[in-house]
Amino acid sequence: MAEYQNIFTQVQVQGTPEWGLETEQSGRERMGKPGFSTLVGWIGNAQLGPIWLGWTGMVSLATGILALNIIGLNMLAQVDWSIPEFIRQLFWLALEPPSPEYGLRFPPLQDGGWYIIASFFLLVSVMSWWARSYLLAMEHKMGKHVFWAFGSAIWLFLVLGLFRPILMGSWSEGVPYGIFPHLDWTTAFSIRYGNLYYNPFHCLSIVFLYGSVLLFAMHGATILAVTRYGGDRELEQIVDRGTAVERAALFWRWTMGFNATMEGIHRWAWWFAVLTPITGGIGILLTGTVVDNWFIWAQEHHFAPMYDGSYGYEAYGSYEAFIGQEN
Amino acid sequence: MLPMWFNKWNRENPTNIYGPAILVGAAGVAVTVAAFIVVVGQPFKTESLQTGPRGTGMSRPEFVNQIRDADPTIAAYLGRDQITEEDIAGVSDAALANLPPNLPDISDERYAELIVAMRAWTGIPDLMEDPDSYQTQVAYTMIGMTQSINENWIGHVQSNAEVGVSCYSCHRGQPVPSEIWFRMGPVNEATEGWAAVQNRVTVQSQYTSLPSDALETYLLDYGRIGVHDLEAHVAAYPSEEGYPTWQDTERTFSLMNYVSNSLGVNCVFCHNSRAFYDVEQVTPQWSTEMLGISMVQEINNEWLVPLEGLYPPERLGPVFADAPKAACKTCHKGYQRPLQGLNVIGAWPELANIDPVLD
Repeated sequence: MAEYQNIFTQVQVQGTPEWGLETEQSGRERMGKPGFSTLVGWIGNAQLGPIWLGWTGMVSLATGILALNIIGLNMLAQVDWSIPEFIRQLFWLALEPPSPEYGLRFPPLQDGGWYIIASFFLLVSVMSWWARSYLLAMEHKMGKHVFWAFGSAIWLFLVLGLFRPILMGSWSEGVPYGIFPHLDWTTAFSIRYGNLYYNPFHCLSIVFLYGSVLLFAMHGATILAVTRYGGDRELEQIVDRGTAVERAALFWRWTMGFNATMEGIHRWAWWFAVLTPITGGIGILLTGTVVDNWFIWAQEHHFAPMYDGSYGYEAYGSYEAFIGQEN
Repeated sequence: MLPMWFNKWNRENPTNIYGPAILVGAAGVAVTVAAFIVVVGQPFKTESLQTGPRGTGMSRPEFVNQIRDADPTIAAYLGRDQITEEDIAGVSDAALANLPPNLPDISDERYAELIVAMRAWTGIPDLMEDPDSYQTQVAYTMIGMTQSINENWIGHVQSNAEVGVSCYSCHRGQPVPSEIWFRMGPVNEATEGWAAVQNRVTVQSQYTSLPSDALETYLLDYGRIGVHDLEAHVAAYPSEEGYPTWQDTERTFSLMNYVSNSLGVNCVFCHNSRAFYDVEQVTPQWSTEMLGISMVQEINNEWLVPLEGLYPPERLGPVFADAPKAACKTCHKGYQRPLQGLNVIGAWPELANIDPVLD
């Protein structure tokens, strides 16, 4: 019984490495000698490699490494090439977008020029990785679901770094490349445009994000719970329904009156995940271009109620009482 | 060591003792902790000061242990009634001979008391002794500044009660007050513009990655603190002059974070955080704070910056050799009211007004 109540995968296959399908190009482009790792086997397949990079993978890796190095070297230059200081300040440092006055012109390297160059290489890197996900799916005669799902994330990425800055007429609208600085940007972006929580597309994005989390937890739990009846063979169970599916379905129907199917739950999950960045991206794209103050926009559309009650602590208590010095 | 029958019985009756042991142990710890909390009380008790309408989450939560600790510098404050005859006798005639220009009509007795107090407040034992020393020269200006703050900025320094400011409000017994600041300029190498003034751990940025030039921009250079559009739709672009960019928002955020740390409060002490800009959804403390910002701008530009020529080099800023400047924390020191609302001018009419009328 205990083997079903474990945080790690309980079944590991180790033996002769599996090389996968023989396709026209795979033999030539597949790299690396496959090996096995028990540690990796606890969380997934114990076999590591081989990897198939292809030209898209090579381009993506090369430009990605280039972008990352431009960002890192700029940070290093900001601390006057001091490695200890670089490590100390790492979470604070950033490669920032240009100052606002340059608009869509190419700014000086020291004031955002490097940011534009790094962004260009990052764009090439991400897009070729996207192409790779299409080509690999084609190679395996798969549907293109992963490609489109990745595309939805790329939509948000492009809105933030390309579409919205162009519509706003300034590259300064981009997001800084830095740990804390990109969080500062996120907060400042919300406050600048009058509170993003009143942006309906932001609301939708949150719904789909939290919904994805909930669906993932429900689905993962359900499948693990019926694994002992063969429920982990999900694809077979779609077309050849067994007692695992019967029990899982019955559990949810008795719990909430409705149940997904072995096929349907994956469509739920895919759409919730994909709609998170799609709706989020729409919300960002509208901000500053169409709507400049979401709170006032919400007031105009009658969904920002005013609260009754006084402002200021004097209406509720006294400072002296709060600090325990009331006489 | 153990009797034979015991070992034999154990061998024949193998039992898992670890499961029950963990269970009993966990239950025992839970009972002990529960008993501790019931008997001793919640050790991390908090208290909240509600600051706005219910449902807005506007409150200031604090640990009772921390908020109930009195500001330790209050005990070190020298009040007028604590000054002895002996103290007054210790003031030399030379010191009394040089009246500050802001107090031309003060009597010797009052002036002696003031000198004793000022020496204690600033921790400078020979203050006012030598009229040519830079400390005495600065003190003359500071008396004027204190009078000006108490009279012209009464809305800030006496917004709730007679509190006011004296030398001690900032100095707290130190010749150089804590939490002063200097101009910093660019903080990053190899960068210009927006990228050069932020993303470093500095005191000015309060150890965040927000801009380090917020105090300079807003409390010295009269920068406009405004980040929102006041209409839902506005036709303007970031590259245009005067457009409030998200960079301006970050700089404002940096200032607000500084204010927050200076007063030991959070955003909702003044704002309803759902609409930071909306003056219909702010607390009265927001107005007090707005006055405070104007007051600090005046303190810096009209009183502290002009003193630059008087200071010796070691008192000037490390980057621009500029005069030390003040901001919220210089006086508040992390407390909502400096010295927790101690009245520091009631006994000192000399400092409470410009051209004080002294009986």
